[in-house]
Amino acid sequence: MTDNVNMKLYEVFLRSRRGLDHKHVGSLHAEDQEQALEYARDVYTRRGEGVSIWVVNSSDICASQESDCESFYDPLDDKPYRHATHYKLPDEVNSM
Amino acid sequence: MIQFDSKELSSSELEGLNAHFQERIDAEEKIEPKDWMPEKYRKNLIRQISQHAHSEVIGMQPEGNWITRAPTLHRKAVLLAKVQDEAGHGLYLYSSAETMGITREELIESLHDGSAKYAQIFNYPTLSWADMGALGWLVDGAAIVNQVSLQRTSYGPYARSMVRICKEESFHQRQGYHILMTLMEGSAEQKAMAQDAVNRFWWPSLMMFGPHDAASAHSAQSMKWKVKRQTNDELRQKFVDQSVEQAKAIGLTLPDPDLVWNEERGHFDFGEIDWAEFDRVVSGSGHCNRERVAHHRRAHDEGSWVRDAICAYEEKKRSREVA
Ligand SMILES: [Fe+2]
Ligand SMILES: [Fe+2]
Ligand SMILES: [Fe+2]
Repeated sequence: MTDNVNMKLYEVFLRSRRGLDHKHVGSLHAEDQEQALEYARDVYTRRGEGVSIWVVNSSDICASQESDCESFYDPLDDKPYRHATHYKLPDEVNSM
Repeated sequence: MIQFDSKELSSSELEGLNAHFQERIDAEEKIEPKDWMPEKYRKNLIRQISQHAHSEVIGMQPEGNWITRAPTLHRKAVLLAKVQDEAGHGLYLYSSAETMGITREELIESLHDGSAKYAQIFNYPTLSWADMGALGWLVDGAAIVNQVSLQRTSYGPYARSMVRICKEESFHQRQGYHILMTLMEGSAEQKAMAQDAVNRFWWPSLMMFGPHDAASAHSAQSMKWKVKRQTNDELRQKFVDQSVEQAKAIGLTLPDPDLVWNEERGHFDFGEIDWAEFDRVVSGSGHCNRERVAHHRRAHDEGSWVRDAICAYEEKKRSREVA
């Protein structure tokens, strides 16, 4: 029996409609990129869920760690003036 | 993946592709990077997106000019955050231009050699603190009108970058308006300073929408390809209409004696733009044209050691991995 230890893991991203961003939908094992695309088509788009598929080697994804969140995002948290609501304007022009 | 090369296609094949392309656009479908597209569409979009990107980046200069002189620490932090956003907008736009197969280096090069343009408004000097108010309120305000419309542009990556940018722009306009509002609550001198800034930036802001539709070189084709969704004059009218009430609310006067409500049209009429000034500034003779590009070039050159250091570090890491 052969197992799939040599098969690479791919992350699958789908664009459900033209104009939208690709969204991550899951992953799968495949020998190479072409095969990953075909598998992705077979397992993730059987009901027309996507008009475009991206597959990316999982090992090529560099991810931030949630446990590092505090120090990673820390300097961004204390700037309420980056939000439009921070500025109190007269009612008649508040839709700006 | 299939890569299309227009040169190898027969004229009937090309016609078919063109027809299919236009059908897709007429059906309100977006064009995505790997789709076939007419060479002129690609060129037109690279021109427009890169001009937009350059505007975001060059636009940092007139405001950067006041960061160290902001009147309070809070205003300084706000201005810094705003200028930082504009750098980010430049990045979103450069990367959507790059999906059309042009490199960042080529884009920067055409900014430096003058073949690519940026918004004419950034060639005006910022003389007082009140200019930070006028820029945020009017210049970002005009940019928002344009960008809201471009959220529906036909090229997917451009449309998506517009959605991201619009989410961040409201803060820019409001902080500018807030600066003017605060000055208008102040002394006679402060009021005069706010009014002076508006006097200087009102007309150049109207010019941001470009020539009249009849005189606009790219308008008709851009509308057909739905790169543009509303014409220069439509967008300009929208901006004028919204600005009138905003000015009134804080006691500012817009410097146009012909500005008057037209009941029949349901819009404000306004005076004629000084197109000779527009042409002068676009063609390189504004107050700051040379300074803006020279400054960008200098910053780019002075930053080259950082890019070199990154490359050297990467190389060192790679050679360690091999060893
Ligand atoms: Fe902008
Ligand atoms: Fe911006
Ligand atoms: Fe902005």
